Amino acid sequence: MNIFPFNKAGQPREADAPHSLVAHFGAEQPLKMDAGVLLSPFTVAYQTYGTLNAQKTNAILICHALTGDQHVANTHPVTGKPGWWEIMVGPGRPVDTNRYFVIASNVIGGCMGTTGPSSINPATGRAYGLDLPVVTIKDMVRAQAMLIDHLGIDTLCCVVGGSMGGMQVLQWAASYPERVFAAMPIATAARHSSQNIAFHEVGRQAIMADPDWCKGRYLDENRQPTKGLAVARMAAHITYMSDEALQRKFGRKLQDRIAPTFSFDADFQIENYLRHQGSSFVDRFDANSYLYVTRACDYFDLAADYGGSLALAFKGSKTRFCVVSFNSDWLYPTAASRAIVHALNAGGASVSFVDIETERGHDAFLLDVPDFIATTRGFLDAAARARGLPPAGNGSA
Amino acid sequence: MKLLEKPVGQNLSRAGRLDLLLVADMVDAHSRVLDVGCGDGSLLRLLAEERGVDARGIELSQKGVNDCVAKGLSVIQGDADTDLADYPDDAFDFVILSQTLQATRHPRKVLEHMLRIGRHAIVSFPNFGHWRIRFQVAIGGRMPVTDNLSFAWYDTPNIHFCTIRDFVGLAEEIGARIERGVALDHFGTPLQLNMPWWVWNLLGEQGVFRLTRLKP
Repeated sequence: MNIFPFNKAGQPREADAPHSLVAHFGAEQPLKMDAGVLLSPFTVAYQTYGTLNAQKTNAILICHALTGDQHVANTHPVTGKPGWWEIMVGPGRPVDTNRYFVIASNVIGGCMGTTGPSSINPATGRAYGLDLPVVTIKDMVRAQAMLIDHLGIDTLCCVVGGSMGGMQVLQWAASYPERVFAAMPIATAARHSSQNIAFHEVGRQAIMADPDWCKGRYLDENRQPTKGLAVARMAAHITYMSDEALQRKFGRKLQDRIAPTFSFDADFQIENYLRHQGSSFVDRFDANSYLYVTRACDYFDLAADYGGSLALAFKGSKTRFCVVSFNSDWLYPTAASRAIVHALNAGGASVSFVDIETERGHDAFLLDVPDFIATTRGFLDAAARARGLPPAGNGSA
Repeated sequence: MKLLEKPVGQNLSRAGRLDLLLVADMVDAHSRVLDVGCGDGSLLRLLAEERGVDARGIELSQKGVNDCVAKGLSVIQGDADTDLADYPDDAFDFVILSQTLQATRHPRKVLEHMLRIGRHAIVSFPNFGHWRIRFQVAIGGRMPVTDNLSFAWYDTPNIHFCTIRDFVGLAEEIGARIERGVALDHFGTPLQLNMPWWVWNLLGEQGVFRLTRLKP
């Protein structure tokens, strides 16, 4: 059996030897975690695209979602598929790599090279497993801020991200307002709702109920809780799509058969689709990482750090915000984005808000939705102008 | 009371709504402005670029919001009837409602919110007391359709028409003081100010008013 993840061809795991840039933070630079622990040493795996200008004013940080990673706009080293946001990031794209210096890092708790539960714990020589302290969104952002320091960048032109990435954007704007010129939280919420936590708990229980999970020590046992992780992904994937989109795409269509088989085989196309989503996911993601990143989202409640007032989190902020929601997203619904907008307004911040009409549900932020692409381009162009960056296409980026 | 003290509006096309220029003229330079129903952001841009105003907007249509965001304006997709309630008191110096009052479900509540959120409210609206409209109803016996109000009764978004006199009455009722008021005739020319109210109400196709709270 393969030791998870990514060594099917006998190569080192991405967790140990990522196909990307890596920043190492030694004993003198520990990560101060919300769990009350100093994590040291630790590693942040990241990618960059484009060139940092001499004034260091053109950097855009992209924060990835739950199971995303730093491979935003390059072929994924494990799946061989295009980067997860190539629709948005690249030459001539809204996040124009001819113009901006784009940074994307794997989150703390992830499995693509940044320190996470599948990384080797230097104290034991084994994978951390559940010995890694529980990670929060704020921890992720602290590690990103240390990376930005490491790159010698003072202020980010923009911080952009969807879903869990949007939570990081909000945390950035609250924690480091003077370092964020513009912020674009997409399809996200300022806190996880009870329903959000509930879905995550289903996923975690599926993983932990798998006998191959081995109380989190499966790497030591050379086992993988692939069944549990696949079920977790299947349940989550349903929440990423809208009812209309599912109905239109699959309806009650049968999979390669003309009649139901009167069995529990995958008769319906939707079943087959979900099984495929589950089984392909386990080839690229670590089960313990899934526990950590879902927990980070669950613990996220930005207002809680500000006496319960979200407006206080953004009070006096000079950051330009553009909040985006999708009208068919029921995971982080439009109302959750409106709550952010209200708080920003109450805090006196400069904020734009667009609710994009689409039937593609939560996942719309990853897809080619023209109104969304246009909004992003318009907002970033305007932010770049206000920041004094030269116009796109004159080769000075 | 002087109108158009400073020529503004180079950015507006000639077809641009004339009342926007009047509205712009009623806004103090370098103030904080919320334009409710800001459309494609023409007025906000005019105010930002020529008056140094901190300009924000609310717009219902996605296209309008996208146009505004692309211009670098801070605009929120939202509805005057439901979303003004979420703004804190005294957040703005001016809250503008241009050609939208008659399309709101609760014009009185909207106006009250405007005066709560802003120190001043500026409202422009089509005058339903204009002689052409009176003529169409009185003589033609049909709901009026004019250049300015081109919808048939069954598909109009305009559900709460008022006349200039009605508006002045509402302003009194909610404790607002009219600081400035202008009526525009068919050609967009301001009417002579020494004319009595009934002349305004008869000859004005549009009314533009700047209000403030009686009690600060």
